[in-house]
Amino acid sequence: MEIAFLSGKGGTGKSSICAAFISIAKNVIAVDCDVDAANLYLIFPPKNTIETNYISGKNAIIHQDKCTQCGLCKELCQFDAINIAEGKFEVDSISCDGCALCFRKCPTKAIEMVDSDDSKLYFGDFRNGSIIYGRLSPGEENSGKFISVVRSLAREKSKELGIEDIIIDGPPGIGCPFMSTITGVDKVVVVTEPSMSGLVDLKRSIDVAQSFMQEIYVIINKYDLNPEVTNQIKEYCLEKNIEIIAFLPFDKEVVDAMINGQTIIEYNSESDISNRIREAYQIVFKS
Amino acid sequence: MKIAIASGKGGTGKTFVSTNLFKTFESLGHSTLLVDCDVECPNSLLFFDLKKVSDTKVTEYRPIIDADKCVYCGLCYEYCEYKAIFYVPELKHIKVLDNLCHGCKACSIACKHGAIEDSSTEIGDVSFFSDSNSHIFVEGRLKEGKIASIPIIKSAIKEASLLSYEYLLMDSSPGTSCPFIQTAVRSDYIVLVAEPTPFGLSDLKQSVETLNSINKDYGVIINRSGLGDIKVYDYLKDNEIPIIAEIPFSKEIARYYSEGKLAVSHIEEVKILFEEISNKIMKNGNSIS
Amino acid sequence: MKVAITSRSNSMDSFLDPRFGRCAYFAIHDTETKETEFVKNPSKDVNEGAGPSAVKFIASYKVEKAVAGEFGFKIKSLMNQVNIQMIVIQEEKTIKEIVDMLNK
Ligand code: SF4
Ligand code: SF4
Repeated sequence: MEIAFLSGKGGTGKSSICAAFISIAKNVIAVDCDVDAANLYLIFPPKNTIETNYISGKNAIIHQDKCTQCGLCKELCQFDAINIAEGKFEVDSISCDGCALCFRKCPTKAIEMVDSDDSKLYFGDFRNGSIIYGRLSPGEENSGKFISVVRSLAREKSKELGIEDIIIDGPPGIGCPFMSTITGVDKVVVVTEPSMSGLVDLKRSIDVAQSFMQEIYVIINKYDLNPEVTNQIKEYCLEKNIEIIAFLPFDKEVVDAMINGQTIIEYNSESDISNRIREAYQIVFKS
Repeated sequence: MKIAIASGKGGTGKTFVSTNLFKTFESLGHSTLLVDCDVECPNSLLFFDLKKVSDTKVTEYRPIIDADKCVYCGLCYEYCEYKAIFYVPELKHIKVLDNLCHGCKACSIACKHGAIEDSSTEIGDVSFFSDSNSHIFVEGRLKEGKIASIPIIKSAIKEASLLSYEYLLMDSSPGTSCPFIQTAVRSDYIVLVAEPTPFGLSDLKQSVETLNSINKDYGVIINRSGLGDIKVYDYLKDNEIPIIAEIPFSKEIARYYSEGKLAVSHIEEVKILFEEISNKIMKNGNSIS
Repeated sequence: MKVAITSRSNSMDSFLDPRFGRCAYFAIHDTETKETEFVKNPSKDVNEGAGPSAVKFIASYKVEKAVAGEFGFKIKSLMNQVNIQMIVIQEEKTIKEIVDMLNK
């Protein structure tokens, strides 16, 4: 079974709860799809890590010796990526989308498309199975492609190693990376917290997620911080027919566990919060 | 002066800092504009009682293929780097796949048979809001299911810059990828909000790496201090990165935030703390310009 | 009638590949001649748009049906556009077994 953890906005404790699920699962493929800011590996440091480069896309570069400064590329570019600096035409690699139109149209063939391959993909074994995570080189566009690559590696490994369960820590937001994460997973767990902004994010995430799939669960983290909003979340979930599988209280031990490099389950297996997470786990995996 | 408020990951308190900072700048008598550039999940305006005054649609190029004029030569298909043209010549079937199209216009330029008409699709909007003191707020918002946040960030900042204010505070997208950089390159100073935890440190390192690569001046606010460990402090010290302030963890602050209220309006110590932060940031800005 | 079946490798004993867009091979079976041809899926490793490219690819063989373990929801609409009927098989089956089923 393939399960993804999401949370509209980050910081709801999604990664910590996802990590707790991973340590309950025992033998699992853990996937960190937050390629912008992967950090599951901090709790599950892998051994024998294999590192591969990932080509995240292409960028145009202009060879000044061939450029006649005709300005066609600047005129054609839909991404405002061609700048004129000190009389020279240059490509702003942050804005370049890699569409290659300038490359195809440049009359003097002064433009070359080069691979951007600074992004990395990591795979290794950790105490509960295998972990896969990616790291996008700073400033690369997170278009969701990388996530598809990370996920297909996860599926390959799951077959190869005979490990059935895949648990994914998803990216923040509801854009393309979000969609690449939920496409084809069996179940989605949305972690939220009771704040006005949390509620807005939750609604947006669920709206998008429901257009993809049926099996969506919600976990309310730090539910005791604001009982009123917690109630609003309850009402909303009831209306949308979504099951809330755990109400987790605020507990400083979750942070203490993280500092110790452990999940809350490992740090204090008998705590109230650990028990609640275990119950949620049963619901997700047994139904 | 343009100031971006950012963090490697969402939920570290970026919106908390932006909104309270805005209130403080204002109360210190500086005309300030708050721009929500976190277009995927904009929510800093929830903290104010606002009315929408206007909005501008942000659009992106889209081709429309006229199947009657198309001769199925496949040139557009070849030009499209994103495989956004679904082209089956054997069945005389051709169609643009909206969700894969990046709006680069290459297909239209490629077509020699006049079969592609230029059009556009709405990807989001930039809205202006006003409060009871007719103070203006700007918000960029990506339409659900759309992927191109960059054009919206760019136009939100552009529209906001047309208004004259002393300070522009931009609540940036979390992360270190394109949306964050697009906001960062357009600002004079960046405030990074970080948590003193192992996750927080790892995110912070990535943000710093990114900001160094684009040569921007920045400082760090440590949020929820007292909840984590000291490794973040060691890192900042070793790399000579200035700490603007530390905001202690408090359930009271968290509660006001969760209710959509500004802590500076309710807790005296927080108010004083934010005044100090504001003064530091403004001083920093002046040393730049 | 021609049918495209996703396949993990290129023989009749290969197993059905559950993924549609990123399957390793397509087995193109002709129910009239009873012949099966194995072709590499050219969109297996593309970054984006593997699904649509794979639909385009099999459509160019003029198949009327496609068999895979799953079809993404975006794929379904494209398959309808080119009139390819989708058959989902989730058990582990070999290409030979599936071909036998088709010819029954
Ligand atoms: S380039 Fe023009 S004529 Fe050729 S296939 Fe595309 S739309 Fe049709
Ligand atoms: S505008 Fe660009 S991305 Fe869109 S269909 Fe045309 S070539 Fe492809």
